[in-house]
Amino acid sequence: MRLFLFLASNWFYMTLDKLVEGFKKRDMAAFEKLYAMYAENICGVISTIVKNDDRAQEICQDVFVKIWNNAESYNASKGRFFTWILNIARNAAIDEIRSKSYKNEKKNLSAEYFVSILEQPEEVSERMDSKQLKRLLLNLKEKCVQLIELLYYRGYTQKEAAEELDIPVGTIKTRNRSCISQLRENMIVK
Amino acid sequence: MDVEKYIASGILELYVAGTLSDQENLEVVAYAKEYQEIHDEIIAIEASVLELTARSSKLQPYPFTTLKNQLEGQKDNKVVSMQKEKKPWISYLGWAASVLFAIGLFWTYNQNQELKSELEVVSDANLRLENQIADSDTSLEKTQALLNALRAKEIEVITLGGQAVSPDSYAKAYWNKTEEKVFIDAKGLPEPPDGFVYQVWSLKLSPTLTPTSIGILDTFNEDENKVFVLNNTNNSEAFGITLEPTGGSDSPNLEQLYTLGAVSAT
Repeated sequence: MRLFLFLASNWFYMTLDKLVEGFKKRDMAAFEKLYAMYAENICGVISTIVKNDDRAQEICQDVFVKIWNNAESYNASKGRFFTWILNIARNAAIDEIRSKSYKNEKKNLSAEYFVSILEQPEEVSERMDSKQLKRLLLNLKEKCVQLIELLYYRGYTQKEAAEELDIPVGTIKTRNRSCISQLRENMIVK
Repeated sequence: MDVEKYIASGILELYVAGTLSDQENLEVVAYAKEYQEIHDEIIAIEASVLELTARSSKLQPYPFTTLKNQLEGQKDNKVVSMQKEKKPWISYLGWAASVLFAIGLFWTYNQNQELKSELEVVSDANLRLENQIADSDTSLEKTQALLNALRAKEIEVITLGGQAVSPDSYAKAYWNKTEEKVFIDAKGLPEPPDGFVYQVWSLKLSPTLTPTSIGILDTFNEDENKVFVLNNTNNSEAFGITLEPTGGSDSPNLEQLYTLGAVSAT
C-alpha cells in the first residue's frame, strides 16, 4: 500500500512538472488541471484571511488571472509551483484587508487563528469545514496552529513570526517542523 | 552530507512556506535533485499543507469556465480594440470606392443608352428627310416632264366644259397626235362618290356619235396633280368624261356626262 502511494505520488508529481511546463507556454488545458488541483487551497487561504466569502471568491479568481498573466515569471529553481501561487494569493488577500473599503467595514483586524474558531461550538463556525479541520489539527498545540497560520497563510518571515508569538527566532524552524509532522500523522490516521 | 539531519532541521517546511531567501531556495532545489529522500520529504510536507489549506474553508472556487471566460475576454478585448482602430480606413474606404464606382458605371451606361436612342431618332429623321428629298426630286422630275410634254409643239389643247350634271366642272385635254397620247387634266372635277370612277371617252361625231373608251381615272383620289396620261390612237373629234361604276362601262352613261369638249377643226 505504501509502495502504491509512493508510486502514485511520484506519478502525480511527474505529471505536475509537465503541467507547469505546459502552463508556462499558456496551455489552457494544463492551466485547467492546475486550477482543479489548487483552486480550493488558494481560495481557502484567501477566505481564511479575508473572512468574506463573496470577496474571497472574487479575489481568488483575480489571483488566478494574475497567475495566468504572469505565467512566464514562475521559476522552478526558486521554489515549488504551489509556493509561488500561495505567495500571490497571500499578497492579494493581505492587500484586501489593508484596503480602505475593508477597513471601512470595520472588520476586526486582530489576528484570528484557526484555534479560536476551533474553540467555538461547531454550528457557529459556518465558514469552516470544521469537522475535518478539527481532525487535522488534533493534538496540535495552540502555538503550533498559530505558527502554521502565520507562516503558511499570512506569509510571515521567521523573525516576524517569532516576534508575534514571543518565542526565540532560532526555535521557529524546528518547532514548525514538529507541528507539520503532527499534521502529517493526523493525515495518515485519517 | 547528512540528509537526515538536513531534513530534521525544518528547512524544507520553510521552503514550502516560501519564507527562505533566494540563496537557500536554490540550495534546497539542488539537494532535492540530488537526494530522492529530500525530494520526497518536500512532497510530503506540501501534501500536508495542501490538505490543511483545502480544509480551512468551505468556500467553493468559481468553476474554471468563469475564469476561462475572463481570460478569453482579456484577449478578445485587446483584439477587438485593435480591429476597431484599423477598420474604418481599410474596409470603409473600399466600400465607398466600390459604391462610387458602381454609381459611375450605372451613370455611364445610362448615358450610353440615351445617346444610342438619340442617334436612332436622328438616323430615322435623316432617312425620312432623304426619302422626302428623293420623293420631291421624283415629283419635280415628273412635273418637269409633264410640263415639257404639255409644251410640245404638237400638243392640241381641248377644253372640256361642265355639263348638266355638274355645270361647274371642267377639264382639259392635251392631245399629242404624233405620240398618240392624251394628257387629261381633271383638276376641275369633283371627287367621285364611292363605287364610281371617271371614264374618258374619245368621240366621233359624224356620221354617227361613236364613243370609244380611252381610259379610266381609277387613281383619281390618290393622284395629286390630277393629270393622267392616256393612249389615244383614235382620230378623235371630241372628248367626254362620264361617271361610271367602278371598273368602267362598255358604253358611256350620258346622263352622268360631266364634261365635254370638241376638237377644233383644222
